[in-house]
Amino acid sequence: MDTALEIRGLDVRYGAVQATRGVDLTAPLGGVTALLGANGAGKSSTVMAIAGARRIAGGTVSIFGRDMTGAAPDAIVRAGVAISPEGRRVFSALSVEENLTLAGSVLGDPARAADRKARMIERFPILGERRRQLAGLLSGGEQQMLAVARALMSGPRLLLMDEPSLGLAPQMVDRIFAIIEDLRDEGISILLVEQNAALALDVADHAVILANGAVVAAGKPADLRNDSLLQAAYLAA
Amino acid sequence: MDLILQQTINAISLGGVYAMLALGLAIVFSIVGLINFAHGDIMTFGGYGIFLSLAFGFPPVAALTIGIGAAVVMALALERTAFRAMRGADVVILLITSFAVSEILKVLFQNGISARPVPISLPASWSGTYQIGGATIGVVPTVSILVAFGSLAGLTWVLRRTATGMAMRAAAQDLEMLRLLGVRANRVVAVAFALSGLLAGIAAVIWTAQRGSVDPMMGFFPVLKAFIATVLGGLGSLGGAVLAGFVIGALEVMTQAFLPDSLSPYRDAIVLGLVIAALLWRPDGLLPAANANRS
Repeated sequence: MDTALEIRGLDVRYGAVQATRGVDLTAPLGGVTALLGANGAGKSSTVMAIAGARRIAGGTVSIFGRDMTGAAPDAIVRAGVAISPEGRRVFSALSVEENLTLAGSVLGDPARAADRKARMIERFPILGERRRQLAGLLSGGEQQMLAVARALMSGPRLLLMDEPSLGLAPQMVDRIFAIIEDLRDEGISILLVEQNAALALDVADHAVILANGAVVAAGKPADLRNDSLLQAAYLAA
Repeated sequence: MDLILQQTINAISLGGVYAMLALGLAIVFSIVGLINFAHGDIMTFGGYGIFLSLAFGFPPVAALTIGIGAAVVMALALERTAFRAMRGADVVILLITSFAVSEILKVLFQNGISARPVPISLPASWSGTYQIGGATIGVVPTVSILVAFGSLAGLTWVLRRTATGMAMRAAAQDLEMLRLLGVRANRVVAVAFALSGLLAGIAAVIWTAQRGSVDPMMGFFPVLKAFIATVLGGLGSLGGAVLAGFVIGALEVMTQAFLPDSLSPYRDAIVLGLVIAALLWRPDGLLPAANANRS
């Protein structure tokens, strides 16, 4: 087992609209895999299908060598996957601490959840300072940190990160990417969806480019950086 | 002075029932986007639970408890059999589903029990009165008020202080995100239905204790008022539902007590006219939900 995630021929449809067509994607264990492409290329549909939140119309998804096609989100979380979704989606009417507590509740072990919450606050001190504040009152960057911390509460071995840098100030983008590298160094496999291709290729070990729901290129970042397909993929939308 | 005190007790007691029913509707709506038209039938079923357990010889307190339990079981059963399959459907489709469920239950009540009111006789000592400063106050309305406030406070505590309540508040905002964290959505939704059934059951106890009978339409009229309360309070807003439940209860009692007899046929029209005026003034309701734009 040397892959964290292996997708074969993934089809996701919304009614008559086909969001992805036969997407193949392999994320190596312990690396960062970048999933790139323009708006509407099918990146988020792919990620949400992996997380179990979209019906899979065709193809297979296997996670750490186990077939998880069509599994419910809670089974996928138990298989070691967590998501920091597009738009962060923190629970704005809950406090920062409640967001983390809620995510830790799936461990079914209050002592372990409390311990992990303490580690998150150590890792993201700003969340400790704001623990009693409503999550909706945090800045965009702080909300992104909360979304990552919340995802880490279940102790994932594969982290899906959908557009973590979107709408953030440049310094905050640097922080988020530093966090991605830290997590990778700790052995967490990461699937990183990004519109900022240059930035994503800097941290990625492997990259896949989507256009109109299909894979148009895949390989080492160095080979893709100047690939005309990458440029074309972004212009295709 | 006595009249004002008596009418105030009546207003709060009626408002408490509307508030509990409206809160039950709002809890379910805020999480699954269902406007549950069958909520009144859940309340009616609770009333029949009381009637049947008294008929089978249970003591009154046990019968009331069984009635509340019956409403909870009915709410859970409807979620499992009718509404779970429709999860995520459009709000109109959900509404029509609940109409169908409501009609089926009414026919079952009519044919299975009786289309006419059946009596619920509670001990005579429960219908006593007491005096405060010259005013005669009923025991039942007083207990109703205490029960209603106790239930509302208890539910607030559950929502604010327990892990389940936290999950329900999160679900009201973003059910899909809650599922993505690995929380089992079905459990959270079932708890929401159970709580709404619990409130409907308690409302059934208060209602039958005051009226002394149950019929297939028993839950329909108070829940209709509770619907109006959820809209007046702000659809999906729990605090708004409770507040507006009390407002509508008060309006009804006041119009009944203080309008001249010649105007009494227009009582509902006057109350609804005031509600419409309030909605023109505040279209999102008295206390709008934080995420009022959903569905």
